[in-house]
Amino acid sequence: MEKQKADIDKSKAVIDIKGLEKSFGDYDVLRGIDLKVYQGENVVVLGRSGTGKSVLIKIISGLLKPDAGTVNVLGEDVNSLNSKELEQLRLRIGFSFQNSALYDSMTVRGNLEFPLVRNQRKLTKAEVNKEVETVLDAVGLLQTINQMPSELSGGQRKRIGIARTLILKPEIMLYDEPTAGLDPITCIEINHLINEVQKNYHTSSIIITHDLTCAKETGDRVAMLLDGKFERTGTFEEVFNTDDERVKTFYNYNFIQ
Amino acid sequence: MKLDNSTTLEEAETAKPSLWQRVSVFFEDIYNVYRFILRFFKEAFLPPYEFKEFIRQCYEVGYRSFPLITLTGFITGIVFTKQSRPSLSEFGATSWLPSLVSIAIFRALAPLVTALIGAGKVGSSIGAELASMKVTEQIDAMEVSATKPFKFLVCMRVLATTVSIPILVMYTAFVSMIGAYLNVSQNEGTSISAFFQDAFEPISFLDFNTSLIKSIVFGFTIGMVGCYQGFNSSKGTEGVGKAANSAVVLGMFLVFVEEIVIVQISGFFRV
Repeated sequence: MEKQKADIDKSKAVIDIKGLEKSFGDYDVLRGIDLKVYQGENVVVLGRSGTGKSVLIKIISGLLKPDAGTVNVLGEDVNSLNSKELEQLRLRIGFSFQNSALYDSMTVRGNLEFPLVRNQRKLTKAEVNKEVETVLDAVGLLQTINQMPSELSGGQRKRIGIARTLILKPEIMLYDEPTAGLDPITCIEINHLINEVQKNYHTSSIIITHDLTCAKETGDRVAMLLDGKFERTGTFEEVFNTDDERVKTFYNYNFIQ
Repeated sequence: MKLDNSTTLEEAETAKPSLWQRVSVFFEDIYNVYRFILRFFKEAFLPPYEFKEFIRQCYEVGYRSFPLITLTGFITGIVFTKQSRPSLSEFGATSWLPSLVSIAIFRALAPLVTALIGAGKVGSSIGAELASMKVTEQIDAMEVSATKPFKFLVCMRVLATTVSIPILVMYTAFVSMIGAYLNVSQNEGTSISAFFQDAFEPISFLDFNTSLIKSIVFGFTIGMVGCYQGFNSSKGTEGVGKAANSAVVLGMFLVFVEEIVIVQISGFFRV
């Protein structure tokens, strides 16, 4: 199921968003945004809190319905899928939540087994164990296998959350603020892990963050969400080489200038 | 009215709704409850089955409620017998105590007491647990990994309460009768065999069936209300509190409404 690196077509869009709009009551969150994510590419979405960054990836994964526009993911129009087709598509998308969203009534093993045994029912117990140990090893936390989520640190929880999505070998990863609330050293480890996931699992990713170091380290391309639209997209340097005060404030705060 | 660009998503979500919005939300809620119940019947009995989770929930709902139910049922039996004695003794009819107590316990007290305890203990815990899972995005995490959270979280809990509450009702009736017997034997010196012979004599098949049906309906209601409130709670810790609270209040209210309806219906079958 894992894609070989030679198969990656960097000109092929795995996510293609056109004219996406979303409002909550009278508040227009997304006002007609367009975005393409190509195979094997990491795209970072930056923007202020409450500007709809998380809403964007929730729409991509089918958790929220857009008001207008099309969201094409891996060749499927997310809005026109029935629940069965959406489930099939979701197996190809990994979603790493801001607060990890680990199932707190289960151990780390239980968390990882949960999606696997329900989506691949023919696996034997030994095969399930092997898969669980492989992804835990990939995120460097094999020793936590029998621990409860409440016994883990913030960084460990993030890693286990990522491992839980990797166990289904997704083609697309959606990271919602992967470094939020973590210390700088753990942030560096998470950035490294995101790059490792891209390299080893050949995933395409959207990374939602405020952390410009994370954006610089992990993003092949950066898109800046301002007033419900992507005002600036390009490489990290291209996006921040501007006189726009809003963008400059973002940069200066992160790099203490 | 357009909010300016500096208004955040959180502010827009917490804005006070108008009267018209409240009315439409009320009817939307009724429609959502209908869809929730329909979804339960669509998903609960189709494979894949979650037997392990069902057993775990039966343990949580049923087995863990035994100590509280034992104490409450036992006290109910003693208190009801003690309170009924003066009225009967005025007519010199204390010998009717076993049959009076057993009719009251089997027909009304055992199902009602168990359901109210269930709504308080089980309903609130289901509501709070699912609401906190919603707040911490655990339900969304299940949804995006295509693991059918509705079946796992809702169907198994509702089935567990529907199966466990009737068992608890029978158990409550049993311990209440033990309580009643101890009180009667202490005051009237009635033997155990005489007490239970008198107690069971007026209990008909209709009484037993009505109690069973009633307790199945109560169990289903408690589970469904708790799950609905938790699964559809608003975000934030306030949402968790509200879900737990409304699971108890609405659960208890519906139990009383169902009690009246079922008693009226069973009345048609009594000669």
